[in-house]
Amino acid sequence: MSNSKATIDYEKVVSDSKFKALMNAKKRFIVPMTIFFFLFYFTLPVLASYTTILHNEAFGVITWAWVLAVAQFVMTWTLCIMYTRKANQYDRMADEVLEEHVQIDRREVS
Amino acid sequence: MNELNFTVISLFLIIVAATLVITYFAAKRTNTASEFYTAGGGLTGWQNGLAIAGDYLSAASFLGIAGAIALTGFEGFYYSVGYLVGYLVVLFIVAEPMRNIGKYTIADMLTARFDLKKVRGIAALSTITIVTFYMIAQLVGAGALIQLLFGIPYWVAVIIVGVMMTTYVMFGGMTATSWVQIIKAVLLMAGMFIISLIVLFHVNFNIVELFTQARDASPHGASYLNPGVGSDLPLDTISLMLALVLGTAGLPHILLRFFTVKDAKTARASVITATWIVGIFYLLTIFLGMGAVIFVGHETIVANNPAGNMAAPLLAQVLGGDLLFSFIAAVTFATILAVVAGLVLSGASAFAHDLYGQILKKGKATEKQQVVAARVASLSVAAMSISLALFAQNLNVAFLVALAFCVAASANLPPIIFTIYWKRFNTTGAITGILSGLISALVLVMLSPNVLDPDGNAIIVGDPLFPLANPAIISVPLGFLGAYLGTIFSSRKLDTEKYREIKVKANTGFKEEIDS
Repeated sequence: MSNSKATIDYEKVVSDSKFKALMNAKKRFIVPMTIFFFLFYFTLPVLASYTTILHNEAFGVITWAWVLAVAQFVMTWTLCIMYTRKANQYDRMADEVLEEHVQIDRREVS
Repeated sequence: MNELNFTVISLFLIIVAATLVITYFAAKRTNTASEFYTAGGGLTGWQNGLAIAGDYLSAASFLGIAGAIALTGFEGFYYSVGYLVGYLVVLFIVAEPMRNIGKYTIADMLTARFDLKKVRGIAALSTITIVTFYMIAQLVGAGALIQLLFGIPYWVAVIIVGVMMTTYVMFGGMTATSWVQIIKAVLLMAGMFIISLIVLFHVNFNIVELFTQARDASPHGASYLNPGVGSDLPLDTISLMLALVLGTAGLPHILLRFFTVKDAKTARASVITATWIVGIFYLLTIFLGMGAVIFVGHETIVANNPAGNMAAPLLAQVLGGDLLFSFIAAVTFATILAVVAGLVLSGASAFAHDLYGQILKKGKATEKQQVVAARVASLSVAAMSISLALFAQNLNVAFLVALAFCVAASANLPPIIFTIYWKRFNTTGAITGILSGLISALVLVMLSPNVLDPDGNAIIVGDPLFPLANPAIISVPLGFLGAYLGTIFSSRKLDTEKYREIKVKANTGFKEEIDS
């Protein structure tokens, strides 16, 4: 079995503009989306516990409470799909960084 | 013996036989620590996604939420929402870095940055605490359910489940555990779909009609469809929702699953698969719960089990007769086995890998010693949980699952997030963070209505000193605060170099060792 050891200069990677671009791209998506889904999520228990607006009927006897709860499912799946698309971009950016910086030290190990 | 028992027992034996065959084949290839803890890292995204769902969807979710929706309507559906949205925290914040810098356990991930025995020891302690609570809740619930479903005594039921889970984990390690979880996920989803379709068929696939009939069938009437049935304090609901959404990302048996795939990309794919399956599952709990209150009736459900745990099996009986009832009983049994096997494995990894392998043996244990230690630890964790479960039969343990989520959110999540994202975070902060989250969650629960009840409905008779049943809203901020204060008040100097390494590894998946 052959076993290779890879080395990388972390300091150089961190100051590489491509790596910085990757970090910024991630931050631009993850930070606002996380804030959004937390706010949206807590809207449900807050409105449900402190007001009675969700007691109004939306469709037939189905109240807004159920609509807002099911909307949480739709929100979760939508963010999953959006993240998958973004993450493919991040993967490409990360691969480019690694291609440029990784040095592989090949040696045979019995 | 009647025909019902015959069908139930045959299906039960088929599941036992199938899982033992899997364990036999898995055992043949489980010779190294990596195979034991991570199935060699060779699962595909789909397989691991199904296994995550199988690991996560416990009998408490399946029977408990269906029952809660049947008895209290909207109030029961809160759990479904919280358990699902928690996956966004896992996907966005934890899964990929965890795969990139961890190895077998949560402690591995923290010590990738802070190589200190104390950090590892305390992280292992927190894992063991969570696993113990979760396990007691699962085993006590399992014993009671199997007693109801199959008509055998509680202690026999606990021993059967205990022997099965020990066998899977001890001999088949992660490979056997994963396949038991995959099969369970498929069976459980099939059961959910079948019951939901029959319920929908009876209301002509009209959702409004379903809600109308459920409202008319429930003794709560119009308030059945509104929040507020059965809850007293608004803050308690918010606190519970906080524990549910943040807890998932700190559960050791879920995080362990990310090490079974080859890279962060596959870890991401598996979280996405799991999110779809888990989401569909929780959406279908509406049909089960409402179906149960319509076709079984509130009184009958309460008469069988006051918490509503028999709502789903009773609904299966009414809609599909003995055959469907037997199938659902068998699915419940498989569900219990898959979850407890995952728990035994994560408990064993904290004992054998963290405490024995890394602290006692300083990481110098041979491959063979590591596997033996893992097997011994699995046996011990299982034996300990079985004894606790036998002793805890008459305690009300339903709150233990929520407590496990609370400890996971308060003690595990703050150090995980800070390790990945905060440059200044240091060893002292990691230790004070875990301890403040863990201790505050435990102490507040001991003073809460779950333990102290003036009418004797809890463990001790007396007035609760802390009003909330779920302390997450206090203990989660305390966990983060502990980690923050520990960091800024310690004299340790900033290790920029180590943080750079973690940052690069977490975000690019760089690894020093390349196997080819």
